Amino acid sequence: MASFYELCCRECGKRFPNQPLSACDECFSSLEVAYDLAAAKQTFTREAIARGPQSMWRYQALLPVPDDYVPTTPSGMTPLMAAPRLAKRIGATNLYLKNDAVCLPTLSFKDRVVSVALAAAKNFGFDTVGCSSTGNLANAVAAHAARLGLKTYILVPTDLEPAKILNTRVYGANLVRIEGNYDQVNRLCSQIAERYEWGFVNVNLRPYYAEGSKTVGYEIAEQLGWRLPDNVVVPMAGGALISKIRKAFGELIELGLVENKPVRFFGAQATGCSPIAHAVKNGLSHHEPQRPNTIARSLAIGNPADGPYAIRAINESGGWAEDVSDVEIVSAIQELAETEGVFTETAGGVTTAVTARLYAHGRIAPGDLTVMAITGNGLKTLDVLQGCYEPQQAIRPRLADFEAMVEKDAEHDREEAYVR
Amino acid sequence: MSVKVVLPNAFQKHTNGTREIHSAAQNLPQLITEIETSFPALKPHLRDNDGKVRRFINFYVNEEDIRFLGNDEYAFKDGDEVLVIPSIAGGC
Repeated sequence: MASFYELCCRECGKRFPNQPLSACDECFSSLEVAYDLAAAKQTFTREAIARGPQSMWRYQALLPVPDDYVPTTPSGMTPLMAAPRLAKRIGATNLYLKNDAVCLPTLSFKDRVVSVALAAAKNFGFDTVGCSSTGNLANAVAAHAARLGLKTYILVPTDLEPAKILNTRVYGANLVRIEGNYDQVNRLCSQIAERYEWGFVNVNLRPYYAEGSKTVGYEIAEQLGWRLPDNVVVPMAGGALISKIRKAFGELIELGLVENKPVRFFGAQATGCSPIAHAVKNGLSHHEPQRPNTIARSLAIGNPADGPYAIRAINESGGWAEDVSDVEIVSAIQELAETEGVFTETAGGVTTAVTARLYAHGRIAPGDLTVMAITGNGLKTLDVLQGCYEPQQAIRPRLADFEAMVEKDAEHDREEAYVR
Repeated sequence: MSVKVVLPNAFQKHTNGTREIHSAAQNLPQLITEIETSFPALKPHLRDNDGKVRRFINFYVNEEDIRFLGNDEYAFKDGDEVLVIPSIAGGC
């Protein structure tokens, strides 16, 4: 059962009772949820967790939901998969991927944060919830809200991929398209949240929402047999995921569930929207906002809310941040699918390409136990693969035609081998 | 010349509930000074220990982040709407 928790300012430390609030009224910094970890020691044990459901709710004792909350969606507990074939290609020997491309119910890690945010929304008595989103969050809010019977207002930039629009509207959500980029949509959401008595998952419910990201960290540790990896590589949009995985590892250490060891945090961005990577590479403690221009729309936040905390997590842990081009993102999507059978969206392409570069540049040693976070499903960004594959010539339904085709393929392979 | 300035809920405790002001400030540094003069209780909260305006506070002019318009150098125009947002939220 959930231990005692309340809101806490991340800068000045002021405490606030639980309420829909994202900024401190003393120093105007962001808030997060703080727990009474001493109390959690009794309930958050390996044994209690093992008895829990096969979902992120096995960690309910360290999630900010009421004691009697009954979850309605089985999000989380996604596969942690060894990735030996990708590893071989990029010069690694101990590489894993955390596969949130198959997170339920909407196939991205956003199902985790929305599960927690809407639990908070119910607790605060909201009948309408909303978000600003570039797609994955929109899908997750729409689906979870449908299941909980909540009304929605979901704001998205106009240039969103068709699949992400359909995957929101199918749940009966109110989708509002805004002429502008994500940062403009997000700014408008902050204004709306002050005007209406609604629960915006990534605005006034953000401290609760962000806690859902911790479950990625808890799961990695448990799935590795209650130990921490040497490195994690995490895609960065708002920068919350990387900070919250670090928070999760810290809590597990403090509660004695894993041995204390250094974990290095590596952040991944697209070059077309890389405020955090730019800050890390240039030794800045705060990012400078950018105007996004990348196919990785799910990472296209030019002014990331958790930018300074992501930078801190990377620097304090001895990690690094990298950014990759749109061409590299598409190649990496294909490479991950071809080697490991995991089809990820553009954000996963960013993470895969950045991981390859970190090994190539010697920032990660080949034998290190490294986990890369794959956060979304490739079926949502099919448009980026348009034109990557030649249309295939159909053959007649005759065995002779099939044999001729196989022979042609074999000939092609022999020619390729000869050239090599 | 006058610009409309919309203050966030988080400021209201220090502004006696004032949500909106009109200002003749020419630029952002002047506007901040004016806000601090009008609401002395807000001043210690707006700045950090070094006297700099806190990094988490965001200023927008007519829907655009003021940092893209030149920040302190941007000259306000008559009718501009300035929006103050503490600690921008978000997450896609």
